[in-house]
Amino acid sequence: MNENSEIQDVELAVSRWLRIGVIISAGVIILGLIVLFIQGGSGYPGDTYPHSLPEIFRGLIEFKPYAVITVGLMLLILTPVLRVAISIWVFVREGDKLYVIITSIVLAILIVSFALGKA
Amino acid sequence: MVMFSLEILLISILAGIVGSVLGLGGGIIVTPALTLLFGVSIEHAIGASIISVIATSSGSAIAYIRDRITNLRVGMFLEIATTVGAITGAFIGGLIAPNLLYIIFGLLLVYSAVNMIKRKKGGQQEQVSMHPAAAKLKLGGSYYDKAAQEQISYNVGNVYGGFGVMYGAGIVSGLLGIGSGSFKVMAMDVFMKLPLKVSTATSNFMMGVTAAASAGVYLLRGDIDPHIAGPVALGVLAGATIGAQIMQRMKSKTIRMLFIPVLLYVAFQMIYEGVGL
Repeated sequence: MNENSEIQDVELAVSRWLRIGVIISAGVIILGLIVLFIQGGSGYPGDTYPHSLPEIFRGLIEFKPYAVITVGLMLLILTPVLRVAISIWVFVREGDKLYVIITSIVLAILIVSFALGKA
Repeated sequence: MVMFSLEILLISILAGIVGSVLGLGGGIIVTPALTLLFGVSIEHAIGASIISVIATSSGSAIAYIRDRITNLRVGMFLEIATTVGAITGAFIGGLIAPNLLYIIFGLLLVYSAVNMIKRKKGGQQEQVSMHPAAAKLKLGGSYYDKAAQEQISYNVGNVYGGFGVMYGAGIVSGLLGIGSGSFKVMAMDVFMKLPLKVSTATSNFMMGVTAAASAGVYLLRGDIDPHIAGPVALGVLAGATIGAQIMQRMKSKTIRMLFIPVLLYVAFQMIYEGVGL
């Protein structure tokens, strides 16, 4: 029974981290939208918006609304990846070697497919 | 400007609820709503719909993990098939006639809809014996059903069939850029005979993972417009959190009844595309 409650603890931890990730990303998006409405402008000319990493981070430092929203979206995109990464840790804690391997393969494929898409 | 965002937000809440209850990711509502109602270009609508898939997945996941409805092992095991399938799809894009795939998968969806209708008459979840591979992979599990108010244990059948369909679903999403949640639910529900709630929750989990890889690419390519995707993300997150609560209290039969027309709709749309009318 002891072992079982430990598994549940780890799953609760996953749930908690996921919640924190989701809340932070939602908070950043809300902040960006509020600034957008107050300033009445996106911080970028016309219909354009930043979509390269340096551009996004420069915009974030200058607190441009569209850059802030985009950072929030990036954080949201990272939450499922975070979940896979934490799952590896869950299976390590459960001593489940088979699934440590399976989950690591999934994470590796995700990284590869991201790299392929970028090329 | 505020009105535009608010309207998108409201539509997205609805998309999030539907997506998390049915395991579809919400793209099925977000894409047509944005293009038809708001006149958004198809590239930006698809970009926003990828965001909606991730928001549905992560938003509902918070509730699902805690209640252990998502079967993490089934999800991870099948995720190998979908991700490898997606890469295959991206590579063979030019080699296979997509029309043929559309028709094959459209027919497969019709088949599973018919199967679901048959099963709906049966009512109760049928018990299957544990597939040897499923036993080896420890895929069986149990969850607490809030509608039935009991702990439900389940076995997992036809692992290879489910894995194969998932690989196909991955190819389709790689080729066509869709989340293919309907295929994922179908593979788990019809082929592997998992309980429907476990299937939709696990499908939501998997879609978020698959979508994350492509979302990064879409973002850097410039397909994700913050003015559209921002409100979509917020609305869908809220909707999915609500949907996850509702889903647990719904009867599987009700979910199935909602799922069948959606399945048929997607099926006929695919066949229609495939035949090229």
